[in-house]
Amino acid sequence: MAAFSQLREAVLTGNAPAAVAAARQALDAGVDPVELVNQAISPAMEEVGRLYEAGEYFVPELLLAARATKEVFLLIRPLLAQKDVQPAARVVLGTVQGDLHDIGKNLVGAMLEGGGFEVIDLGVNVPPEKFVLAVEEKQVQIVGLSALLTTTMPAMKKTLDVFRTAGIRGRVKVMIGGAPITQTYADSIGADAYGANAAAAVDIARKLAGR
Amino acid sequence: MGSAFMPTLSLNLPPGPVITDGAWGTQLQALGLGAGECPDAWNLTHAGRVEIVARAYVEAGSQVILTNTFGANRLRLAAHGLGDRTLEINRAGARISRRAAGDRVKVFASIGPTGRLLATGEANEVELRAVFEEQARALAAEGVDALLLETFADLDEIRAAIAAAKATGLPVVASLVFDSGPARDRTMMGATPEQAAAAVIAAGADAVGANCGNGIDGFIPICRRLRAATDRPLWLKANAGLPEIVDGRVVYRTSPEYFAARTLDLVKAGATFVGGCCGTTPAFITAIKQAMQAAKQG
Repeated sequence: MAAFSQLREAVLTGNAPAAVAAARQALDAGVDPVELVNQAISPAMEEVGRLYEAGEYFVPELLLAARATKEVFLLIRPLLAQKDVQPAARVVLGTVQGDLHDIGKNLVGAMLEGGGFEVIDLGVNVPPEKFVLAVEEKQVQIVGLSALLTTTMPAMKKTLDVFRTAGIRGRVKVMIGGAPITQTYADSIGADAYGANAAAAVDIARKLAGR
Repeated sequence: MGSAFMPTLSLNLPPGPVITDGAWGTQLQALGLGAGECPDAWNLTHAGRVEIVARAYVEAGSQVILTNTFGANRLRLAAHGLGDRTLEINRAGARISRRAAGDRVKVFASIGPTGRLLATGEANEVELRAVFEEQARALAAEGVDALLLETFADLDEIRAAIAAAKATGLPVVASLVFDSGPARDRTMMGATPEQAAAAVIAAGADAVGANCGNGIDGFIPICRRLRAATDRPLWLKANAGLPEIVDGRVVYRTSPEYFAARTLDLVKAGATFVGGCCGTTPAFITAIKQAMQAAKQG
């Protein structure tokens, strides 16, 4: 349908007003918001991720696409809620204790919101206990840990250790990322997944959420 | 104006390659800087240890040393609750390096990015320019020889920094990180070396550079491309490869000897200022100096 391809195109080009207009038009014509997500938004964001991996898109294009998608979600989330459709999953994000860098985390947050996730951002320099609290109080399914510095990477391990002590490790999936992080490191500390970049984060979160 | 034989930036440095310094952050960590601690604050609290790093580079053969002020802009310092110490921290950092440098060695003051993204509206150009102006003025007031804008990823942010730095009247070096894209030859925001060189020169930078990145091998083609794009002096500082964690300790795999050999290739590719970024030590600078002397004799 024309509205779907218009919406996909608007997301791919990062045109938020056009994306919202196409979505509104489709909804007015009686299109199911779930279909809008499945047929237009998700494929468009997957294509954005593919273009990023291929080196055709860079961070500015990612941000624009994510912003366009986020605005469409503002429009359709209440409709989804009426139909009792839950967001893709609830994710809590934070840069680990001792690390004050937030660009990477913010990019991941923007992409996840663009992917239909509900994102709770705890900010930077987040102590393990604060993650635990968020998991316990907000019914979070996924925790995303970020670190830019080699010196703060060990705080990821510590955070996971505290999760185990607090008895919540089995309740959440943990994904980690940041410049010095590798799959090997993720495996060594028992994280559930490693993401090499913000575009990959959406795919990984979908898998972790089982969707 | 400007040629490969104006490496001096009008600073009376000899023509030909100029040896800069290696990493500061990883050196300060070796002297006890804790994880997450603000390195720049050490200019006030541990000035003696900061000076040890500066002197080690002077003794190793650096002709240019930097200052421990990479993160000393108001926005970054505020994250440590030190925003109101911005001037003091910068001035102390410049004085420490000035003292260690003496008359023989030049001091290029380090200015890093703010960590805010213009693209998401977290900050605007006017704000950033004011932040950079404050830092640049404080450093210039202590008699540094030039200002080095390093580790930038966003052309819009570095333009704001160049405008601020130029206002001091000092020579300005603009250095970006090319670590993204399939060929690892773009900035995080997608700029190529050619685009970056054109942009920073148009904004008024006197020299262009690349630092950090993914190890020195990738710097050689980038250096060649920068050389083809401009006749300005080129500033190249690679890191000692990507860090690995071995038995809970951070290890950089590149050896000083390998780094020095590749540095000679960088000079052949047109580099003017050479040195190292994260993971490099005074031993790397000594190795570069020896390799250059050997190459001259051989």
